[in-house]
Amino acid sequence: MLVVTCPVCGAEGDETDFHYGGQAHVRRPATHDPANISDEEQRDYLFIRHNPKGLHFERWRCDRGCGKWFHAARDTVSMEFKAFYGISELPPEELQAQAKGPWADYFKSRAKA
Amino acid sequence: MKTRYSIFSLARNAMNYHKDWEKAWRSPDPKAEYDAVIVGAGGHGLATAYYLAKNHKMTNIAVVEKGWLGGGNTGRNTTIIRSNYLQDSSIAIYELARSLYEGLSQDLNFNTMFSPRGLMMLCQTEHEFRAMKRTSHANRLAGLDCRMITPAEVKEIVPIINDDPACRYPVLGAYYQPRGGTGRHDAVAWGYARGADAMGVDIIQNCEVTGIRREGGQVAGLDTTRGTIRTKKIGVVTAGHVSTIMDMAGVRMPIESMCLQALVSEPIKPVIDCVVMANTVHGYISQSDKGELVVGGGTDPYNNYSQRGSFTALEHTVTALVETFPIISRLRMLRQWGGIVDMTGDRSPILSKTDVQGLYVNCGWGTGGFKAIPGSGWVFADTIANDRPHPIAEPFSLNRFLEGRLIDESVAAAVAH
Repeated sequence: MLVVTCPVCGAEGDETDFHYGGQAHVRRPATHDPANISDEEQRDYLFIRHNPKGLHFERWRCDRGCGKWFHAARDTVSMEFKAFYGISELPPEELQAQAKGPWADYFKSRAKA
Repeated sequence: MKTRYSIFSLARNAMNYHKDWEKAWRSPDPKAEYDAVIVGAGGHGLATAYYLAKNHKMTNIAVVEKGWLGGGNTGRNTTIIRSNYLQDSSIAIYELARSLYEGLSQDLNFNTMFSPRGLMMLCQTEHEFRAMKRTSHANRLAGLDCRMITPAEVKEIVPIINDDPACRYPVLGAYYQPRGGTGRHDAVAWGYARGADAMGVDIIQNCEVTGIRREGGQVAGLDTTRGTIRTKKIGVVTAGHVSTIMDMAGVRMPIESMCLQALVSEPIKPVIDCVVMANTVHGYISQSDKGELVVGGGTDPYNNYSQRGSFTALEHTVTALVETFPIISRLRMLRQWGGIVDMTGDRSPILSKTDVQGLYVNCGWGTGGFKAIPGSGWVFADTIANDRPHPIAEPFSLNRFLEGRLIDESVAAAVAH
């Protein structure tokens, strides 16, 4: 049973009070450059997922509280939440530094951009 | 050559109080090089190795396994076998598997306890009734032995079912596959392991893969906790851990790993002699030969590698089944466990070559891999041996996500696979 805290309204509840929204920070290519989208970009957007064993970044919705979407950083082995942060924010920098594999690549690319 | 299991070998060993049975498989050290290496000694990996050796005469191969063979999802599922899927490509592979199950005990000389006791999928809403009817037409066109049955027939086959027409989700009928049923999950893994071992396949347990070596675009070998193994062909068959292995080769996967739980009750006298799936209320049930009711439901909703799920998901499943089978309401549950399943976007598996030459992947079976083991191993072995997709495996390639050619079973079989 996960205990989740909403960073928007501060409500705390178990996972049934919230809704899981999958991987965080997925960017829809058509929003940014609708004229030039490759099949690969569209596939990555729709289907390819970071699936780390360890630190993961994901979306949740405060179903029975304020109704807002937000982000969470969670370990997929220990199931421990490391941080909750806003829907338009990146995770705290120390967590970005701990990220591995595809997540590490992603945060590096965001830092450049 | 191994001694065949038979009534005579049983009698002969009874004379010695069963002290002299030979080991079912060796525990060899890894060789420096193999013609092919399968990563993951679950049912699918062992079946792949078995058919590589048997059908394609590739016996200089190994199966490497992080833990012990059959200790992952092969030992954690609810052993349901059926092939009544909606899409033609799914029907082809699941029916190949189901038909191979029929002769598997004889083929492996190992009792896999395949029990075609019949399987019904309840229709508890008008929508579900129409969806099942559609599936039944698709299956009849494909030549499957399946039919719709009436509530009266459901009650006759499963007398303990709640047939109150006024309940929240009344039984409006069911979709029945009389040749579906259950098998013995461990025996399937053990049987394939013993059969592959007898043909010279090295099954190397406690051997975790830590890296995949490449030379240019070609696979060159594996780094493991028991040393480096050179090979030009690697088949990755690691279910919930497929993303972590494929990341080592730089191949990104359309997979999310989640926890699927199951539980069994205390043993009781026979009350149900077929498999019942109640997809609207999210639960399915069968009775093992020991008398335990074997119960499963849907996955926990979030990514998870811990092999532990939430109580919420279990409660949801059990609530559904108590509503459907009121007499089990006071039954105590004995054991509960979780397995990490590899979910794809269209809820269909991936059997594919990859952009790395010599790297093959068999995954994405999600919540329903056990039923597919023989068919999956059969076509994946063919794909590896000939370096081109077997015709039945072809639609399940990774390219389908690029081309938008999905095999959509998520709508057809929303919960129970």
